[in-house]
Amino acid sequence: MKLALRHVFVLAVCAFAVFPILFVISAALNPLGTLASTELLPTGASLENFGDLLTSETYPFGRWFFNSVFIALVSSFASMVLSLMAAYAFSRMRFTGRRVGLLALLLIQMFPQFLAIVTIFMIFTRVTELYPALGFDTVWGLLLLYLGGALGVNTWLMKGFLDTVPKELDEAATVDGATHAQIFWRIILPLVTPILAVTALLAFISTMSEFLMANVFLRDPDSKTLAVGMYGMIAGDHRNTNFGMFAAATLITAVPTVGVFLWLQKYIVSGLTAGAVKG
Amino acid sequence: MTTDVREPGRAAPRPRPERTTAFVVSRIAVLGVAAAILLYAVPPLVAAESWVPLTLLCAATAGISYLYLTRRFIPAKYLIPGTVFLIAFQVFPVLYTVTTAFTNFGDGHRGDKAAAIAAIQSGSVRQAPGSPEYTLTAALRGEELVFLLVDPKTEQVSLGTKDGVEPLPGAQVGLTGKVLAAPGLTVLKAPEAAARGQEISALAVPTRDGLIKANGLSRAVEGKATLVYDAACDCIQGEGGPWQADESQGYFVNAEGEHLAQGWQVNVGFDNFLRVLTEPTISRYFAGVLGWNLVFALASVLGTFALGMSVALALHHPRMRGTRVYRIVLILPYAMPAFAMLLVWRDMFNRDFGLINQLLGAEIDWLGQTATARLGVVLVNLWLGFPYMFLVTTGALQAIPRELTEAAAIDGATPWKAFRRVTLPLLLVALTPLLISSFAFNFNNYNAIALTTDGGPFPAENPMVGGTDLLITYTFRLAFGPAGAQFGFAAAISVFIFAIVAIISAVAFRRTRKQEEVYA
Repeated sequence: MKLALRHVFVLAVCAFAVFPILFVISAALNPLGTLASTELLPTGASLENFGDLLTSETYPFGRWFFNSVFIALVSSFASMVLSLMAAYAFSRMRFTGRRVGLLALLLIQMFPQFLAIVTIFMIFTRVTELYPALGFDTVWGLLLLYLGGALGVNTWLMKGFLDTVPKELDEAATVDGATHAQIFWRIILPLVTPILAVTALLAFISTMSEFLMANVFLRDPDSKTLAVGMYGMIAGDHRNTNFGMFAAATLITAVPTVGVFLWLQKYIVSGLTAGAVKG
Repeated sequence: MTTDVREPGRAAPRPRPERTTAFVVSRIAVLGVAAAILLYAVPPLVAAESWVPLTLLCAATAGISYLYLTRRFIPAKYLIPGTVFLIAFQVFPVLYTVTTAFTNFGDGHRGDKAAAIAAIQSGSVRQAPGSPEYTLTAALRGEELVFLLVDPKTEQVSLGTKDGVEPLPGAQVGLTGKVLAAPGLTVLKAPEAAARGQEISALAVPTRDGLIKANGLSRAVEGKATLVYDAACDCIQGEGGPWQADESQGYFVNAEGEHLAQGWQVNVGFDNFLRVLTEPTISRYFAGVLGWNLVFALASVLGTFALGMSVALALHHPRMRGTRVYRIVLILPYAMPAFAMLLVWRDMFNRDFGLINQLLGAEIDWLGQTATARLGVVLVNLWLGFPYMFLVTTGALQAIPRELTEAAAIDGATPWKAFRRVTLPLLLVALTPLLISSFAFNFNNYNAIALTTDGGPFPAENPMVGGTDLLITYTFRLAFGPAGAQFGFAAAISVFIFAIVAIISAVAFRRTRKQEEVYA
């Protein structure tokens, strides 16, 4: 194919990728702050929407931002550790139930957690009665719930990557008298940084966007996450009037993710490749 | 250790692993964590007298502590932490869902029969004709909530407790008729009483021929229960009755076939499953929703894969310039918060002030008609999903040796043929597992529908099932929607969804298993 044609095609797809984002930027900078008055290209350059958002009394945006980032950071870190431990066992040890375990992980993954939302609702109704600190409207309860999905596709991705790390390294360490824990923390962990970056990032992104569980779980304005809170921001009558503020909130929310994404870009491609090729 | 010189001639003892500091510290930590969990979790369970969870909790904590104290079971040490969460929040809910599907659990069927009877009786209390209306003051006798009842005619004060009414001498009554102080009792002020509103409305003071109940916070009336449970006939006597208990439905029904609103939870066997298949208002839509759900999932996977792969292939050329910049731009949609962008897309499709109509100069009600709404959500999902596919194909392409395609070109294959016969099969080997999990994800992509169309547009004749509803959004509306909760029925649909996704995935995995050794 001609190079020029390739450029034209890629540019067209880039335009498709960018135009909604451009619209969000334009809405965020729009001094009127309504949906009806927003066009594709910015018509003004005012930071009014950002100001409104950060000083709003109805919408504790700072609180939501903190809740979301906190939940996403803690749960992606914890699920990364849990997942890596399981992947280490699956990759390096031979035990009964290993194949069944691997397959079961994949199958359970096929039943997404939120199908069982009815029962999760019932379970946590009971938990709220017994342990208010872990019940509805709390960050910790939601965090526990998210950790239920820690083992899954990520474990497969990591196992694939671990399989590419030569076994001779562990064997040499074992001969030198290292325990399994020392091998895990001192030898394996430093070698798998790319895949750790990938899984942590994927977990971070999906937790930031998780809506269904959080919507059932969090009712109190101060305990909401960005997804739930921002949904309420343009619900019902506020849809048109709050759009500028909503767009500004979207951009602020994207900043940490995009930043981390650009920073980890090279790891992401190599990490996904290894995982993908190995299954 | 070089200093460890054993005496010659004695049998060397079996080598024991050293008790290093790390070993001791980690064991102390294990015991500490176990103790902390038990200290935190046990008292509420004991207070609530839930012995089964308590036993489970203690057994699990003991088992896990043992696992980390011993040197054996090394693989389990690495698997247990994730598995505990997996069992608690995925496996257990799934099993519980399956059992709920065999009951009628939902609004009107939440508790057991005794709770239903209590609710029916106290709910049927009506003010007896000619009975006095008291001015009510809530008070505390020790920790117990009591009523101070002032008869407005005689100004006599009596004390109402859950055991009955007795005269209360020495109380001081204010101008409004409320009691200001009473010997031995703490009178609750208005805000304190409001905080105990639930307790106040729950207290029923028995009298000679009825009950005294609060009506608001400052009034109490004497009334009689118009519906009374009669254990002899297992029925409820009273107006419209007798209402006979029907254990198969979990309702009290009368001769006309009507039932009381409050019922209890019973097992209904396969009724919920049969309802999905046979009830015409549901089964007719179920097939339609399932069909569209399959189309949506397939279109999402194939669309994102086709677009992502095309771009990756276009950039995969040795003389291509600017790939770094292109890549960053193409990844942007994936890095934006998906939930927010779904809402933005919803508003871009808005008929009156949306961007799409603005750009096209059209007046199309995109999300108001089934066909365009479906096209819209697929397009939105394409935008959200193609960067991921682009990333993984880029990765997989780099793993395919360039010699293969060059060899094909030398052998006279056209670029299309080389792609079709060499590149694509190799890509598919690597990516099929990801494609299958992407299918499973999109099959239940709640966000993509709930945040854009919310299942709509809804036909006039059935406001429960919309044109773009997936099974998961439909189930969610059934379970939590405004029409009242039907947990049992929603659970039955969940089981159907489980089965469908599992069968499709199993078939797909059987096919890919032949292609590669994923279990190595």
